[in-house]
Order: sequence, then structure tokens, then C-alpha cells
Amino acid sequence: MSILINKNTRVITQGITGKTGQFHTQISRDYANGQSCYVAGVNPKKAGQDFEGIPIYGTVVEAKQQTGATVSVVYVPPAGAAAAILEAVEAELDLVICITEGIPVKDMIELRHSMRSMNSRTLLLGPNCPGVITPDELKIGIMPGHIHRKGRIGVVSRSGTLTYEAVAQLTELGLGQSTAVGIGGDPVNGLKHIDVLKLFNEDPGTDAVVMIGEIGGTDEETAAVWVKEHMSKPVVGFIAGVTAPPGKRMGHAGAIISGGQGTAEGKLEIMDASGISITRDPSKMGSLLQSVL
Amino acid sequence: MKIHEYQAKEILRAYGVKTPKGVPCFSVEEAEAAARKLGGNVWVVKAQIHAGGRGKGGGVKLVKSFDEVRSVASSILGMHLVTHQTGSGGQLVKRLMVEEGAQIEKEVYVGMVVDRSTQTICLMASSEGGVDIEEVAASTPGKIYKVFIDPKQGLDRVAALKLSEQIGVPREVLEKGADLFEGLYQAFVDTDASLAEINPMVLTADGDVLALDAKMNFDANALFRQPKILDMRDLDEEDPAEIEASKFDLSYISLDGDIGCLVNGAGLAMATMDAIKLFGGEPANFLDVGGGATTEKVTEAFKIMLSNPKLKAILVNIFGGIMRCDVIATGVVEAAKQVDLTVPLVVRMKGTNEDLGKQILRESGLPIISSDNIADAAQRAVEAAQGGQ
Repeated sequence: MSILINKNTRVITQGITGKTGQFHTQISRDYANGQSCYVAGVNPKKAGQDFEGIPIYGTVVEAKQQTGATVSVVYVPPAGAAAAILEAVEAELDLVICITEGIPVKDMIELRHSMRSMNSRTLLLGPNCPGVITPDELKIGIMPGHIHRKGRIGVVSRSGTLTYEAVAQLTELGLGQSTAVGIGGDPVNGLKHIDVLKLFNEDPGTDAVVMIGEIGGTDEETAAVWVKEHMSKPVVGFIAGVTAPPGKRMGHAGAIISGGQGTAEGKLEIMDASGISITRDPSKMGSLLQSVL
Repeated sequence: MKIHEYQAKEILRAYGVKTPKGVPCFSVEEAEAAARKLGGNVWVVKAQIHAGGRGKGGGVKLVKSFDEVRSVASSILGMHLVTHQTGSGGQLVKRLMVEEGAQIEKEVYVGMVVDRSTQTICLMASSEGGVDIEEVAASTPGKIYKVFIDPKQGLDRVAALKLSEQIGVPREVLEKGADLFEGLYQAFVDTDASLAEINPMVLTADGDVLALDAKMNFDANALFRQPKILDMRDLDEEDPAEIEASKFDLSYISLDGDIGCLVNGAGLAMATMDAIKLFGGEPANFLDVGGGATTEKVTEAFKIMLSNPKLKAILVNIFGGIMRCDVIATGVVEAAKQVDLTVPLVVRMKGTNEDLGKQILRESGLPIISSDNIADAAQRAVEAAQGGQ
């Protein structure tokens, strides 16, 4: 079992004709069941053509109708990315995964507002995220597939390479992953730690979860409070940015301590008090998870 | 991106927000001319730097004669203004603003931010003006009132009036308070701002509502469509190392320690800094080389780190995903050869083609300390930095 995606998921790539979209579609298609999962691309100017055998449609609606796809991945450049997500939302897909980094915050505020006022049931993952992978089934995004192993540990994180780090540690210890989810480093995004933890809690294929956060915002705190009340599986956590100075954006647009909020210490304290096992050593994420099983 | 107070006030005035009349100045002569042009007999000379806390640091002075304008302007221009936001070295003052004095009856706080949890723009205000809002938030959070704004409808007039009343704006000028909020909101949205503060907003003796101070920050992701805002960028206010890094698409932030870090990915970069701290060291910088760490980028990153005189060791931590370790190892070796590597170099590499990468490092003949995990690499870097003392 897994969350969000599995081998039966059918995927549309928005931005399939761009350099990034092409590169990652090729690699993702070569992973596990990618060949049968990647069924469509979208580009209004290149409708009717194909990318290495993947048919290109003019709109998301058309791609959905023709292929039965329910998930899309967005590689569209920043200026048009929010509009691309909205198109997928309006086509009523189940899940949109936006990899694009650098989308203006105002575009995301307007998009999220539109999604709320439409009462949309479409889930959004990202933007500015590595994507999601269910090992040995389907990889949607830019993570390296080969470090993953099929298994029963869930991973949820705001960062890319730090997620790979956690996954590699788990795999080395023989602990495979049910699904690894990157929720992205932007201040206004879709699924948050709490949403992904809820999914892992309900997934019979997940036994425990590694939760990785970073400075900025209060999402980790909100998730921790929920874990204390509702989570029936062990959670271990790491927060990056103990050494980050206030007021400085640490790479990710969302990784900034402002107004005294969003410090790593504050997050670690609440997580600890909520029964989440925490470590301050990023090389111990895997072994800490092993110790709580 | 940050701008100066006088620039923020220029923007706000275009949206109907009233401010005292002021003139930006770059010299003592300009300051005196500005005071003469403004007229009156009381002016405020304000240092223009991007950091907050200018008043406490001695960068804002009330003056009552043209002689005083000259003497205060000459003492502030060229000073290294130290505030709680500048660090101990302070920030060199190169610009001033000379502003007419205002008859202040009451000071209140007005701010606007992107609220992450509600995913809206939040207007907040407090009757406690002129003081650090973070202190108000900590000691008396009940005194901060908030309005979350629907981006499709804009700021609701009724909500703006209510907020005006809540922070103690007198009944006669409630409408003026609401007008200021509306102007601020429109300016915020139109310029892709990420933060705006009017601290204080003042009520004057003659019944005006003015922005006495103004601060605006902008979303870096939106600058591509905000050319006028981008023109306001003042490179003198930014760290030269950070400017240099941004030319090569490197995300770099100077810190106070002595161990340079070169990492791919922002989260892993922070985690690497944290590991250094955990083992008793202090990171000299945050540096994310991003996904495509080419030889050129790695070389530039080395140069920037080595330009820091405090540097005692470098820790490279790369998780090779799509980017292969052998490519990065080649980049590191090339970079180390091109620059004069004067400090110990610890390299930790993990992921795709990791063995090949390590072999390249080993066979390079360079004195590279190789390591397998973050904690071990951090410990070695800390030891190397201490050994170099």
C-alpha cells in the first residue's frame, strides 16, 4: 500500500515540451511502471504531436478525457505555473504535483483562493517540491529513484536533498518506504505536513513516519499538535535551520524566521512535547526511526 | 528584496497614503537645500539604510535650524550605523532623507504580511505604535488586531473602518485611517510586496493621518514583472559576497563562523550548518549550489568562500541524485586546482556514482579529507578548523 500514487495512477505532464519536463519525464518513465503510467502531455501549441510516444493534448481536460489520467505533474516555468495548476484543478484531477520553483507568492495566494471558492477536491502538492514516489511502483518528480526501496516507512519533508538523505539512511538500514512525499519549500503551498501525516496514519501499508521540517511558518507546530491527539503510528522528526539567523531567506522562499516565529528550536520543542522523537543530528534520522519500531 | 524608507513612501504616496514631505539626499549640501525647499522650522534628518532600529542607533535626529541640518547631516552621512539588525560592524550611511516635522498626537502600528496559515494577505494594526511590534506580540498579543483579506474582493471598507476604530483612531478621522489601509493594501498587491510596515502611523494635531515611517519588502520570485521595484535595488546595502554569488545563481548567505559550507539543496545546506554547530563549530556561510552544480559554479563558490578572511575549513556536502557524484567530484577537483586552496577541505559525497566520485577525489592528489556521513564530515571539518588555529 501507499498514499497519493501507485502503479495504477495515470499521469499527465504539463510542460512536457520544456527542457526540464522532457528530462524528468524520460527518467520517471524509465522507473518501475512509468512506461504505463505516463500517458499524456499538455501543450496547446503542440497538440497532436507526441513526446517519445507520449501523446500531447491541447488542454488538461482533453488529456484527461482521452487517457483517463487523474494526476498531473507541472514543470511549467514560474510565470505560467499557477495558471497551469488552475487548469488541472478546473479539469477536476485528483492530484496536481507542481515541481516549478520560483512562482510569485501572489499567484499562489490567488490560486489557493480560487481552489477554496470552487470547493475543489483536487489535492495540490508543492510548488517548489521534488514530487512524490511510491517505490517500485511510480515516481513523479525529480528525486533519484534508485535510492528508494519498497517498504513500510512514510517520509514527508519540505526539502529535496534532505529527503533523499533520510530515504538513503532508511534504505541502508533495510527500511523501505511506503511513499516519500516532498511538500516543497514555498510559503504558500498545497498539502502540508499535517495532511500527509493524516494520509500515512490511514494507510495500512505505513508503520511509521519520518517528518522533516525547516525554519519558517508554523506548519510543523500544527502537525505536531495533531500528532499528539490523533496519530496512532510512531513519528520521528528533524528540523533544519537551528543555526539560521532571523530575517534571512535560507534558499527556500519559505525558509525564513520572521517576527520571532518559525524558529527550529520552537518547532523541535513542540514536536518533542507532542510525542514525536526528535534528533538534532541529520545523520541519525534513519537510526532514530529504527529505534521506535 | 528590500528598499529604503524614502522609496517606500514614494510608492505609498502614489496610492494616496499621506506622508510628511521629504527629500532624499546624498550630501550635506543637498540636505540643507532640502530643508530650505521644505520650509518651516523643524525637520527630521533620517539615515536611509535597509536595517530597522535606526532611531535607537542615532540615525534619526530632530533639527531646528539650517546649521543644525548641516551638522547632523554631516555626522550621519558616512557613519557606520549600528542597530539590532546590522550586526556589530554597522551599515555605512550613504543616503539621507530630510523630512518636515509633524505635530504628533498619537502613534499607532500598521503592518501587512502574507499569512502562511490562512494563505491570505493579513493587515494588522495596534494602538501600540512606534515600538517593536514583536515585543507587543510577545507581551500583549491582544493589542494586535488582524484582518485577513480576500484577494478577489480586496480590503472590505467596513473591516477597514472597524480596524481603524479598534486601534483608537478618533471618530472624526476614522475614514482617513481606513483610506490609508486601503492605499497600503493596493500598493502591496500591485508591487508584489511580501511585507509592509508603517510604524508609526501618526495622527497629527491638525487631524491628518500620516505614514511617519515606511518599510516594504518584495517577493524575489515576482521581480521579473516589477521592473520599477527592481530599479530601486540598492546594492550598497547588500553583502558583496551575496551579490557575487547571485550572479552565478548560487544561494549564499554570510554567517559569523569559520567553516565554509558548499551543499546542494537548501534543506541539506541548513542541516549541514546545524551539524557543524552540533559538533562545536560555527558555519561561515549558507551556500546552496542548486541542482546543476557545474565545475564553473563550484569554482565560483570556492572563490567566494575563500574571500572570507575568517575561513578556517571548507565542508562540501553533496547528495548526488540526478546530478552524479563523479561530475561533482570532477568539479570540486577542478575548482580546488584553480583557486589557491589555503584551508583544509572535507568532502562528503553520497548517492549516484558515489564510489567513482570518491576515486576521483582520491586520485586527484589534493589533500582532501573524505567522509561518508554528515555527522562525521562535520566533526572532521570542526577538527580541521580548530587544528588550523
